[in-house]
Amino acid sequence: MSRVPLLCAEGVAKSFGARVACRDVGFELHAGEILGVVGESGSGKTTLLRCLAGQLTPDAGRVAYADRSGALRDVFAMSEAERRRLARTEWGFVHQNPRDGLRMGISAGANVGERLMAVGWRHYGAIRASALAWLANVEIAADRIDDLPAGFSGGMQQRLQIARNLVSEPRLVYMDEPTGGLDVSVQARLLDLLRRLVQRLQLASVVVTHDLGVVRMLCDRLMVMQAGEVVEEGLTDQVLDDPQHAYTQLLVSSILPA
Amino acid sequence: MKPSSPAMAGEPSANYNFAFLDEQTKRMIRRGLLKAVAIPGHQIPFGSREMPLPYGWGTGGIQITASIVGPDDVLKVIDQGADDTTNAINIRRFFARTAGIATTERTDRASIVQTRHRVPEKPLRAGQILVFQVPTPEPLRWLERREAETRKMHALAEYGAMHVNLYEDIARFGRIAKSYDYPVLVNGRYIMSPSPIPKFDNPKLHMSPALQLYGAGREKRLYAVPPYTEVKSLDFEDHPFRIERWTEACALCGAGDSFLDEVVMDDAGGRMLVCSDSEYCAERRAAGHRGKAAP
Repeated sequence: MSRVPLLCAEGVAKSFGARVACRDVGFELHAGEILGVVGESGSGKTTLLRCLAGQLTPDAGRVAYADRSGALRDVFAMSEAERRRLARTEWGFVHQNPRDGLRMGISAGANVGERLMAVGWRHYGAIRASALAWLANVEIAADRIDDLPAGFSGGMQQRLQIARNLVSEPRLVYMDEPTGGLDVSVQARLLDLLRRLVQRLQLASVVVTHDLGVVRMLCDRLMVMQAGEVVEEGLTDQVLDDPQHAYTQLLVSSILPA
Repeated sequence: MKPSSPAMAGEPSANYNFAFLDEQTKRMIRRGLLKAVAIPGHQIPFGSREMPLPYGWGTGGIQITASIVGPDDVLKVIDQGADDTTNAINIRRFFARTAGIATTERTDRASIVQTRHRVPEKPLRAGQILVFQVPTPEPLRWLERREAETRKMHALAEYGAMHVNLYEDIARFGRIAKSYDYPVLVNGRYIMSPSPIPKFDNPKLHMSPALQLYGAGREKRLYAVPPYTEVKSLDFEDHPFRIERWTEACALCGAGDSFLDEVVMDDAGGRMLVCSDSEYCAERRAAGHRGKAAP
């Protein structure tokens, strides 16, 4: 693992008026590493994720990202053009609701190909081939390539969203409850798929979730948030098997025994 | 220059300012046009005025023409290629009345050509101005409904999404099926809607010696392509831009190089292909060319 982290956050804070969404969050994420962020609803997980992804400007703190040249650069000191370029080339963002991450009015193939066209691909055959390959990667049948995502099941839409994000071979993917709203068997398949892709592509990822099962399957490290603050962090197994903070203990003991 | 008919001639009406619009409005539009010419293909907002004409009939074009017209100008107005349709006749008569200027049906005699849906077949020359009536100036609108977002996409030249549209066409029909309002890249920078002209006319915009001004009255936008500016139609490497071709020539004048309209002749499937540019067709017939259905 390289010395320079891929993503580095220091003292990130964001409030909406008097309401504090997150406060003093800091961590380092290295290439190929997966960080889970858990906490109850309203604990500031999604706000934190949006701050990291450059979609919300934090009130305080710093988010730095090391691009392919290897130098850490402050995400919010970049020009908007650069930030948006990063967001569609080196980053991915998987929304909880696939409708937020997909273009529902255009075909599955075009959804996957859009990022390629955005970075200058102008050969229809090549775009098509790449879209087909990615649909296969996320286990969507090739004959669905020209169908609208609106006709897909929730699980398929979520997989399509993942393909759309990964097609440009990003190095860092933000995921906001990637398995939320899916039934258990579909969740399991999706997690399997994610784990395989993440390993194969050496992706780094920040996964926000309230599902400890997802965390155990996917994440190397874990951050537990409560009321906008990080109350505990460490290796996933360590935190889940030996929780120190009262809230984490409550969280872990709340899982129904299978 | 003589007016084309006595009915359209005459002194400008004393009840209106020259060319209908007040001078302050004209100044505002001219300022917008200068900016538009300076940034080819970039949309400039302007305070569109209410005109004695409904939206969709050319309120944008008519305001541009009113702002740039002078007493010595000769105006030609075409609608779908024809000089003799209601809209074209009315707009010509409007300027003959309010500005007392000469009008013509001949492209080579006109100094200003206001047009809807076509570029004249006859090549334009330096010094002429082509004014387009535009219904939807924003080429990104089909994809992105938020104006703030489309402006940002233009500002940052984030145009990948435009090709998504063409991709969808090829996936569905095996070719780029878009046949009018075909998006173009102007001067290597801005993506522009060429107004609903057939893609047949797109090549005429490229390196045109005439100045092209575009006005959208309802959407309140002006944009322009200065003379001798590069205008490239979007395409894929393996699906290059192509214009329409017909298997037949014009049934009246026999032209094989013009844009043809299909006219239904009866209710038994009879149809005829004729030049959409009425002036071009009439001139060819006057020169002795005959198509297969010519009298």
